[in-house]
Amino acid sequence: MNFAYYPGCSARGSSKDYEMSTQAVCKALDMRLVDIPDWNCCGSTPAHAVDTELSAALCVRNLDIAAQQKAEVLLTPCPSCLSNLRMAAKRMENPAFRSRVDELLDGPSAKEFPPVTSVMQGIAAQMDMGAITARVRQSLKGLKLVAYYGCLMSRPAEVMNFGDPENPTLMEEMMSACGAEMLDFPLKTACCGASFGIPERPMTAKNSGRILELATRLGADAIVVACPLCQMNLDLRQDQASAAMDTKFRMPVLYFTQMMGIAFDLPEKELGLNKLCVSADGLIRKLGELRREEAAKPAEQKAKAAEGGR
Amino acid sequence: MRIGVFICHCGSNIAGTVDCAKVAAIARTYPDVVYADDPMYTCAEPGQAAIEAAIHEHKLDGVVVASCSPRMHEPTFRRTVERAGLNRYMLEMANIREHVSWIGKDMEANTNKAAELVQLAVEKLRNNKPLMAKSFDVNKRVLVIGGGVAGIQAALDCADGGVPVVLVEREATIGGKMAKLDKTFPTVDCSACILGPKMVDVAQHSNITLYAYSEVEDISGYVGNFTVKIRKRSTYVDWSLCTGCGACTEKCPAKKTPDAFNELTGTTTAITIAFPQAIPKKAVINPQFCRQLLKGKCGVCAKVCPTGAIKYDMEDEIITEEVGSIVAATGYDLMDWTVYKEYGGGTYPDVITSLQYERLLSASGPTGGHVKRPSDGREPKNIVFVQCVGSRDKSVGRPYCSGFCCMYTAKQAILTKDHIPDSKSFVFYMDIRAPGKMYDEFTRRAMEEYGTEYIRGRVSQIYPDANGQMTVMGVDTLLGQPVEIKADLVVLAVGVEASKGSPQLAEKLRISYDSYGFFMESHVKLKPVETNTAGVYLAGVCQGVKDIPASVAQGSAAAAKVLALFSKDKLESDPQIAQVDIRRCVNCGKCIRCCPFGAIKEVEIRGEGKAQVIETVCQGCGLCTSTCPQGAIQLSHATDNQILAEVNALCQC
Amino acid sequence: MNEAINLNRLRDPAFTEEVEAHSGQKVSTCYQCGNCTAGCPAGFVYDMQVNQIMRAVQLGLKDAVLDSRSIWMCLSCSTCSQRCPNNIDVAGVMETLRHMARKEGRVAVPKVEKFWFSFLDTVRTFGRTHEIGTMALYMMRSLRVFTDVDLAPEALKKGKLGLKPHILPGGAGPVTRIFTRYKERAKREGVRP
Repeated sequence: MNFAYYPGCSARGSSKDYEMSTQAVCKALDMRLVDIPDWNCCGSTPAHAVDTELSAALCVRNLDIAAQQKAEVLLTPCPSCLSNLRMAAKRMENPAFRSRVDELLDGPSAKEFPPVTSVMQGIAAQMDMGAITARVRQSLKGLKLVAYYGCLMSRPAEVMNFGDPENPTLMEEMMSACGAEMLDFPLKTACCGASFGIPERPMTAKNSGRILELATRLGADAIVVACPLCQMNLDLRQDQASAAMDTKFRMPVLYFTQMMGIAFDLPEKELGLNKLCVSADGLIRKLGELRREEAAKPAEQKAKAAEGGR
Repeated sequence: MRIGVFICHCGSNIAGTVDCAKVAAIARTYPDVVYADDPMYTCAEPGQAAIEAAIHEHKLDGVVVASCSPRMHEPTFRRTVERAGLNRYMLEMANIREHVSWIGKDMEANTNKAAELVQLAVEKLRNNKPLMAKSFDVNKRVLVIGGGVAGIQAALDCADGGVPVVLVEREATIGGKMAKLDKTFPTVDCSACILGPKMVDVAQHSNITLYAYSEVEDISGYVGNFTVKIRKRSTYVDWSLCTGCGACTEKCPAKKTPDAFNELTGTTTAITIAFPQAIPKKAVINPQFCRQLLKGKCGVCAKVCPTGAIKYDMEDEIITEEVGSIVAATGYDLMDWTVYKEYGGGTYPDVITSLQYERLLSASGPTGGHVKRPSDGREPKNIVFVQCVGSRDKSVGRPYCSGFCCMYTAKQAILTKDHIPDSKSFVFYMDIRAPGKMYDEFTRRAMEEYGTEYIRGRVSQIYPDANGQMTVMGVDTLLGQPVEIKADLVVLAVGVEASKGSPQLAEKLRISYDSYGFFMESHVKLKPVETNTAGVYLAGVCQGVKDIPASVAQGSAAAAKVLALFSKDKLESDPQIAQVDIRRCVNCGKCIRCCPFGAIKEVEIRGEGKAQVIETVCQGCGLCTSTCPQGAIQLSHATDNQILAEVNALCQC
Repeated sequence: MNEAINLNRLRDPAFTEEVEAHSGQKVSTCYQCGNCTAGCPAGFVYDMQVNQIMRAVQLGLKDAVLDSRSIWMCLSCSTCSQRCPNNIDVAGVMETLRHMARKEGRVAVPKVEKFWFSFLDTVRTFGRTHEIGTMALYMMRSLRVFTDVDLAPEALKKGKLGLKPHILPGGAGPVTRIFTRYKERAKREGVRP
């Protein structure tokens, strides 16, 4: 099945591995993500921080394109894009606001826009967890994972429509469906420091450090994320976070689609695992050992029975 | 008719914007008006005496008083004319204060309007008929619903006043929430020690019949004559044989039954006696956890019971009691704090409610009074108390203050220091509400003598650290800084709400309740223990949040109302009720269906069905009058003709 | 010396009304519980904590608020709005204050505004963000040329430093025009764009 898709700017740059793994996993689930033509940047935080109407105009151009495409729903992997697109659509319900925004565009925008949701919700809408489990070829059983949603996915609750704003669970459900043990993570919606990495490093270093510290103390094998900026702050900037917390973290941070891709036994090249700054090699190795141990068990048991037990 | 009209000055309240003398002069020209005057203060003694004198002197048979709202002084002036020998319903009032002088300052317009309103009142009076109140018997017995401290006090005061009391309590023991407390503020008295004697008094009082583990099923009737059906829930133990020895609880194998009395801080057996000082001290089987009742396999308690009191086939019993008055004292429950997901929503064992902590502090609690962390049983050293969890919080629909949490938090902090001398307690608060006697001094003791750290600010999040402690993210707004505390135990002062089932009970009692389930009093300032339903009174937190002394005071106040009601042998019914003209009634039944009080019934008169008003139940609302297509049922003192007379007068003004 | 804030002189009720009108929030419902500050992940770099900002808005202390660093360091994470017991959209108020400050040219933390403008300049030029372009512009404008140089080797190795910008297939015209119209309208309305 085809889905209208808004990749977002990082998909082509710093979160290319998110894009690769998203495409790979969706393909494996018979979902074809088709870019809407000529999409532009949603403006992310800088646009709405500067001016609400400017931000809305950048978003509405994309919503308009999706409407012209007669898309039933528009999927996007990035929570910031999702948040801006949904906020813009909501604000456009106000006629005064709409006319102000239309003034900035080439032409008046469509009366109605298709709803925008995350790729994660898109997958969950298409299939239940049982169907995901059915696609698993290499169970993640034995891996202890932490699901980190970031601050934008579930807030503001009435706009994002992503479950309980304090305790969203969709990512845990998907990872559990792949066999992983999901640890209870109280900081799952705490902010990682967002885009302040560049202008104010301590902001990301401390906030991401706090998240890495708790995940490490809980004994997680990896943190699973769904946001390009969170991933960058926790992974690319992990050494900066380590410095801020006066320690040395070694925590792989994978996109949930990379994790699913591993469970589906898709080729590592397609998942962009080599793009991870903190290597996932150790994780993959551990997973391999766990699966081998499990496979060896029946043989072991047979051997024990043959020896008459001990 | 000979009508006298009195236009009150009310000082300058009315006279300031109404020419009272002129209105009186105009009134003299109205039909049947033989006398008119404009006194300064009609309701005062000289004013009333003047009305009485005028009635005698001018042989008046009806009086119109133009003054304030009838809600102020209608009863007053009715008594005045009655003293002078008239029927009290031959009085009409025109409201020329709230409806005229308080609205605008235009003297001419006001005077005109006042004169018109007086004309309406005169026309109504000309169509009035004398009405006689009927009297009916009063059953001098009282039902008290709820055996907490307020209900206990109401019951004892009524019983001491010679009135037989039926006390119905939903739990297996009376004592309510106070029985669950360890100590009480501000004296740090042992709660069970001060409540216990009162509970025993209830058990032993010859005038009190106690139905514990029972609920009110249905109430019918009216003041002086209520019929109450009480459901005695099945305890599976014959309480007439049970001695409360406790042998059954020692031997019961179902040891994982949730312990409701201890606020689910631990487990107990399926057959239990609530606590050592329980009244009645009788065993109760929880049918959802009893192996005999669920699977038919066990029967240990029946075997060890020395008196053979266990009855596995026991069923609920419905008892009927007749009473003349009812006191509702159903208390409160804690609100569902699990909506606070940022505090773990109930999933973290070391984040507990204040009532749960009270059970941990109590010697009769699940830990024998040793404060232990629910997760690992270790003694906590850092305890954080969070106030206002579910109070003063619009985001969870609880904007009100729960009234006693500031006080009990201070108490719990003090007790914690007594139990664990090397502990450190922190309290996050927004304000400290300590209005009672020695209350503020008590909270200062917690801070100054017991070293409790009070931090002004709310808590944003509580989450478990990986080493078994809880991280509490709060703020000190006085310092202007966020603060973080690693706590071994977190105690939440959870907001209160009306007891579960309050709205349903209110429907049975035919009383009003607010959006939080608290029962509505007649007047929040001046009539806090009465309701708008005659014969039903309130006591305790079911009427609104309050502490123990206020609950006890209200228990006594409700008892005083009951004793006052019963001081007469007969009660007078209000004659301003509906009457059926059977010549016009066609028995369509519309009035019966529309009456909100069930005050109309169908009877057979000379072989024909007719509607008949049950006079003592009718509240005089008038719905039937406007519903009846035949005009057969009329509200006395507000009949169609009386009202139309006023309308006609108005149209001709 | 105890420098008291002269509330007769410094209170600006019109400021409070303007904030309420733009944000749609009634600031008088804030009872200063501090829950917002307690959960704010950026509080450690604020000069005024967020509940203090709300207090200053209540009192109409326009200068204190619009000249603060805090409104520039806010992460827009909405934790404050989520947990406010009075259902106030505190993050929305902070955003309103950001807009008001910027439009009046009161930029207490210039590097943050420079970062935003650098980002938006690449969007205007290419239609899509150019991450390296943003970095370069930012470094030039803020003279912070050593920003994140420690990350450069790793980012290059992993192919995260896309040197080539991604341009809209049909040319960046439609996006550039949005920006142009925005700037022109701002000029017409006498507002700092």
